[in-house]
Amino acid sequence: MDKFKTSTAKVDFPEKVRGEAKFTDDISFPDMLFAKTVRSTVARGKIKKITLPKMPEGYHWFCADDIKGENVVNIIFSDWPVFAAGRVKFIGESIGIFVGKDKEILDKLASEIKIDYEEETPVYELTESYIHKAFKKGDYEAAKAKAVKVIKHTYETGYQEQAYLENQGIICYFDENDKLTLTGSMQCPFYIKRAVMRSCGLKDDEVRVIQPAVGGAFGGKEHYPSMIGSQVAVAAIALHKPVKMCFERAEDITFTTKRHPSHSEYEALIDQDNNILGLKIRVGLNGGAYKGCSGVVLSRALIASSNAYVFENLDVVGDVYMTNTTPTAAFRGFGSPQTIFAMEMFIHHVAKELGVDPLELRFKYLAKQGDVTANNGHFHDPIVLKELMEKAMKMSDYKRKLKAYSKPGCNKGIGMSIFLHGCGFTGSGESDIIHGKVKLVKDEHDHVYCYAAPVDFGQGNRTTLKKIVSNTLGLPEDQVSFEAPDTDHTPDSGPTAASRTIIIVGFLFEKCAKHLKEIWKSGERQEYVEPYVGPSYIHWDEDTMQGDAYPGYSWGVNIVEVEFNPVTYQVSVLNTWSTYDVGRVVDERIAVGQADGGLLQGLGYGYLEEMKCVDGRMRNRNLSDYIIPTFEDAPHMETAFIDNPFIYGANGAKGMGELTLVGGAPAVALAIENAIGRKISKIPANPEYLMEVMKHEN
Amino acid sequence: MKINFNMNGKPVEIDVDPSMRFLDVVRDVLHLNGTKEGCGEGSCGACVVLMDGKSVNSCLLPVANAIGHDFVTIEGLKETKEFDILQQAFAEMGGSQCGFCTPGMIIAAYSLLKHNPYPTEAQVREEMSGNLCRCTGYQAIVEAVLKAAKKGAGLW
Repeated sequence: MDKFKTSTAKVDFPEKVRGEAKFTDDISFPDMLFAKTVRSTVARGKIKKITLPKMPEGYHWFCADDIKGENVVNIIFSDWPVFAAGRVKFIGESIGIFVGKDKEILDKLASEIKIDYEEETPVYELTESYIHKAFKKGDYEAAKAKAVKVIKHTYETGYQEQAYLENQGIICYFDENDKLTLTGSMQCPFYIKRAVMRSCGLKDDEVRVIQPAVGGAFGGKEHYPSMIGSQVAVAAIALHKPVKMCFERAEDITFTTKRHPSHSEYEALIDQDNNILGLKIRVGLNGGAYKGCSGVVLSRALIASSNAYVFENLDVVGDVYMTNTTPTAAFRGFGSPQTIFAMEMFIHHVAKELGVDPLELRFKYLAKQGDVTANNGHFHDPIVLKELMEKAMKMSDYKRKLKAYSKPGCNKGIGMSIFLHGCGFTGSGESDIIHGKVKLVKDEHDHVYCYAAPVDFGQGNRTTLKKIVSNTLGLPEDQVSFEAPDTDHTPDSGPTAASRTIIIVGFLFEKCAKHLKEIWKSGERQEYVEPYVGPSYIHWDEDTMQGDAYPGYSWGVNIVEVEFNPVTYQVSVLNTWSTYDVGRVVDERIAVGQADGGLLQGLGYGYLEEMKCVDGRMRNRNLSDYIIPTFEDAPHMETAFIDNPFIYGANGAKGMGELTLVGGAPAVALAIENAIGRKISKIPANPEYLMEVMKHEN
Repeated sequence: MKINFNMNGKPVEIDVDPSMRFLDVVRDVLHLNGTKEGCGEGSCGACVVLMDGKSVNSCLLPVANAIGHDFVTIEGLKETKEFDILQQAFAEMGGSQCGFCTPGMIIAAYSLLKHNPYPTEAQVREEMSGNLCRCTGYQAIVEAVLKAAKKGAGLW
């Protein structure tokens, strides 16, 4: 029996099912105060004057003037102020916080504060590029000479809200040694620690961050908690009291970061034998008011823009545009769901236009081991994409259904997406920038404690990482513990992001456990710290975007079957069949859980979830008007894995958190195309859009 | 205003504003933190509790309407045999990831099985559709409820 794949008990399950796990809002301290944010009501302008209401005793106001360090949130590109400094750039930007004991009084103060603005004309269209990236492969211009046809299409994707069930929230307090400590709903404890150090002007040993139970994140808690953390820290330090700020749903949906809306233009050069000679790709992302991590999102969107296909000539350009709207940032997939949707639709649309079988056209350009990637690196490892496709097609009876559903009036459809996802930080970032470390400590009773920074916000990594250690050491699972990250005791193994937890941190734990095993002395306290050393053959230049974009890739296929209602234009997703190459699965039940949950988020992105921003204001305010899939929307899902062990992964495992989301939207969109016999070029393909498509082409 | 009801089998008397949300009474007055707030407007089901054996969104219930009723939260349910069957089924099928919706899911599943001990898959999906989960894709939860129905046959 394969002890790695066999499902093991999820370590955090008992306390969660019994309602005993402490999430942020379940934690309180004596003397704790609450904070309420005052937000900009204009999209762009100067703050002329702030008139505070009469402040009751014990109530306080904190704003940009109170910041002792730098007034920026420490993100990859730190342009977002902790509190607006003299000017505002979007509706909802934090201007300050009221702090005090009674939430109702805080709400009253927030409604009474008067802020005078000198308004400026806001920008809502994609016209002001503030990040620009480009790369080429081969010579697209020269290839034009051999082309007999040029095919162009445009694709659009909307916002997507993470919609984790637990809203954002942070508490800042002083620990038993009077050290400034933050706990809260987070993905990256060390990001918060560094952000608070920078905004409050504190040293490394003056800030501690501890992770409690976290109710979902999906990228939405990668950077935003650094802002809330900085804000409550400013107040907690000044008052020397615990300060808690937990958002309600409306505040969370309207003002926290979401997935970048995109607009992509694809152009293909076709020769006389219907070969695709090359692609010209232009991608625009709406970054909102501040850059934050948008540069990296763009980078990953462009790298993924030709998806799992290899073409000789590529001309790829992308921009992130500043608009006076809620900033967009990390969300599971990080740029690639937008371009993978566009590429999957485009290759299909090209095939249709050429009158060739889309499946054959896709097979012709599938990536193979040794191929040169879009960025002139190489696919170094074996690729089993063909096997994944064949297996998924067999599971779903794809070919028969595709033919049957193509008959007009049957109102059923089937669609397939093929996709890849780069695991870990781009290029050699893991070795050069992150320098992740993990630590194992063995006590006198030979019990082993695992220390690393990844936050388990549902993915199950407390269970899977612990399992990698216990299996490598050959110990029973109850002889190994994995504690939640606490920056005072945990080495910085990097953020919980980029599908890196298993492929990078898991690999580190496997190596660390092997080393501990070599020096193992029963009955003695021992510890071992393992630093990350990546594959030496990975070289990447971020400025030119040339080289190996990722240390490794995971691959997948989604097949989706839908039913279309020609009266209401509603789509029901009936069944899905998915196959994945994630190297080797660490725990079957957890892996299937990632596959199911990721795919449903991807499907929701494709046909259901719509967020609208009108005149700088988000129209959606709760889960009643931002619709995520329910029990009844969710299809029956079947998932299979094909082993393809990765030599730099724990027991061969690669990443899978994001992979499972990126194929959902194109698969459901292609299924809808099959059902209605019309082209889909925009998601979400909801009834309003489908009605437009049906009427327009009639 | 003095308000009386039963919570987890014990009589409770509290003196609060009658318009207070029952969710706030549960969490802030009675300190039963297993009941969660996800949306505050009855869309997500994270706050469901049993009211006379049926699941209700505690965020939509003013405490004045609680007078004289019997309530059970996850803290009360976790001592029962039915809970044990449900939690085992959730564990085996992988019905919980981040865990924030889980107490609400367990309450909703219990309420469903009490009224319909042998539900079909479609009935589980329909009757639990007031409870949102963003992690699992729901399939594991559906399988867990069906498994619990089978394993607890006769108990519900």
